Amino acid sequence: MDLSDRMLLSGNEAVALSARGLGFTLGAGYPGTPSTEILEEFSALGGSAQWSPNEKVALEVALGAAYAGARALVTMKHVGLNVAADPLFTAAYTGVTGALVVVSADDPGMASSQNEQDNRRYAVAAGVPMLEPADSQEAYDFLAEAVWISERWRLPVLLRMTTRVCHSKTVVRPHALAGPAAPPHFERDIAGRVMIPANARPAHQRLRTKLAEIAAWGETALLARRMEGDPSLGIITSGISYYHAREAAPGYAGAKPGANFLKLGLTYPLPIEAIRRFAASVRRCVVIEEGDPYLAEAISAAGIAVEGKAEMYRFGELNVGRVRRILAGDASPEPPPPRGKPPQLCQGCPHRIVFEALTRQGCIVAGDIGCYTLGVLPPFEAMDSCVCMGASIGVGLGLRHVLPEEEARRVVSVIGDSTFVHGGITGLVEMIYNPPPTGHVVLILDNGTTAMTGLQEHPGTGRTLDHRPTGRVVFEDLARALGIPNVHVLDPVKGRTEFERVLAESLASRSLTLLIVRRPCLLAAKRDADRARASQA
Amino acid sequence: MSSTVVNVVVAGLGGQGILKASDILADAALGAGLDVKKSEVHGMSQRDGSVASDVRFGPEVLSPMVPPGEADYLVVLAPDQVEVNRPQLRQGGILISPDQVSENVLPNRQSLNVALLGLLSTYLEIREADWLAAIRANLPEKVHEANAQAFAIGRAAR
Repeated sequence: MDLSDRMLLSGNEAVALSARGLGFTLGAGYPGTPSTEILEEFSALGGSAQWSPNEKVALEVALGAAYAGARALVTMKHVGLNVAADPLFTAAYTGVTGALVVVSADDPGMASSQNEQDNRRYAVAAGVPMLEPADSQEAYDFLAEAVWISERWRLPVLLRMTTRVCHSKTVVRPHALAGPAAPPHFERDIAGRVMIPANARPAHQRLRTKLAEIAAWGETALLARRMEGDPSLGIITSGISYYHAREAAPGYAGAKPGANFLKLGLTYPLPIEAIRRFAASVRRCVVIEEGDPYLAEAISAAGIAVEGKAEMYRFGELNVGRVRRILAGDASPEPPPPRGKPPQLCQGCPHRIVFEALTRQGCIVAGDIGCYTLGVLPPFEAMDSCVCMGASIGVGLGLRHVLPEEEARRVVSVIGDSTFVHGGITGLVEMIYNPPPTGHVVLILDNGTTAMTGLQEHPGTGRTLDHRPTGRVVFEDLARALGIPNVHVLDPVKGRTEFERVLAESLASRSLTLLIVRRPCLLAAKRDADRARASQA
Repeated sequence: MSSTVVNVVVAGLGGQGILKASDILADAALGAGLDVKKSEVHGMSQRDGSVASDVRFGPEVLSPMVPPGEADYLVVLAPDQVEVNRPQLRQGGILISPDQVSENVLPNRQSLNVALLGLLSTYLEIREADWLAAIRANLPEKVHEANAQAFAIGRAAR
């Protein structure tokens, strides 16, 4: 056996390598754990990749590229697809000319997320085919399958991954992949792409016809794997759950599996007749899946008798131990996982000073998503809400509108720089348009990077994904152009006293204030210094 | 089959080189021609929180996560993370902890992760050449020498 072609890759690295091999013209996305490394690696391999302000814009850019016949990749974490859902649902109607693959990286167990929504539901809701890889080899192979489906049926395809598939490293054997048949060019298709009701009505019909064709194709496609073992137990599964189940099934140590397996690759539309035959071939049929009972519900709705899991296994990730319990019908309470040391704001992080001041001044803090969400933990405990990207501003305004004046005057919105670009700008517009009687105070904690996900660039840094100079959105200019009367740029470290004074004055002012608290992230500063030294050497 | 899969958990705090150590171990096992899977949770590990990385290797590895309580080896880089991670170790499994290698004899503190891999290597059937190749592949050239030295110190510590 020649081992030289074996690579140990994360699922994210495998997607990037496959995308290069398949000749993807463009990759767009917004950083989000566990998806971030896909575009970084695609860029490192020489691909054209960009961070967009948010997932909605990224998907729209990729959609335009796919209208022009290109192969386009768009990546995001699960909650990013909420933001990108608007273009996705109608892109399913318009379809594409090239290929459009949307990677949704779900986070069951919430290793680094605010919820554990199961985005398999989006495939059904939007009507887009969905593939679920179980390891890095499948991530590599399924991207090629997704391109094939996307080009064959001219539809966006969802490549649904999860934290363990994205971040686990497993062996990949790369192979030759075919690039696009033709370079991008424009073909006018008004009826197909301009979704006025008269065009959208037949477009919806076309979509359902395509999905019916894909369902029929999926019945015999090799995306589903059947493994024969002991027919007393049948297991239907997909994604990472497949490997947990293989190991948890009885007879794991034997020469052949202790169960029959139907491992699905295409999980929307489901190959329901293949599932029906499989279920009929075994004495007991169990569905093993992480998160929502998506497969169990769909299979049961088709009149096929299968066992799902107890409700308690809807929460958190699965592992071999939990799958053993599911197979044994064990719904007794599980031992709590060992409590490790929680993460905290770095020593010397400029955010620390801000949260200390907010606590001292008795603020009610509408917070947001990023490193600074750690301001909720002791010793600060200086955050009162954290919902989704950009929510700090709207939530802060809502609180101000209805609270008694004494409380309303203490409300602030705290948002990071990357998060502000992503989802905060429209909040500022709202503030100008519907100002609360007590005014409002918004703090942008501007550390010049997307720190939480690993120091990515964004439009406020003026550098591209691969750190080259580009146009920069200047927050203070933007805020003044919007008409915010008080805009201050402050350094919380060098100008700590001034920062605290301006904060106090702003809270007392009954006016609209934006405080841009600007100080580079320590980790980003160190990275930039290392990079500068390396380029000199 | 399970007896032929080796389960290693590498644990400690963000910034200690846990993921680097598990990368080196996984690459060494790959170089030895084995099937390998490595898994950990990213995201907040840089912020000084607990980090643990699972590495499994053998003829065929299925789940990338070491099943609860089935680690054959537990390599811990931070003394206060030993008890948190001990439930992962199977009965009769081997704990490798930082007190087994004196920090004073290491070329620098950053190489503790590689020194503990050196100690781990004495239990595993992976050739030293595969270990050293994996160390070189995962670390910048200027620290190769120091880490090869740390690896040797760890190997001699048993």
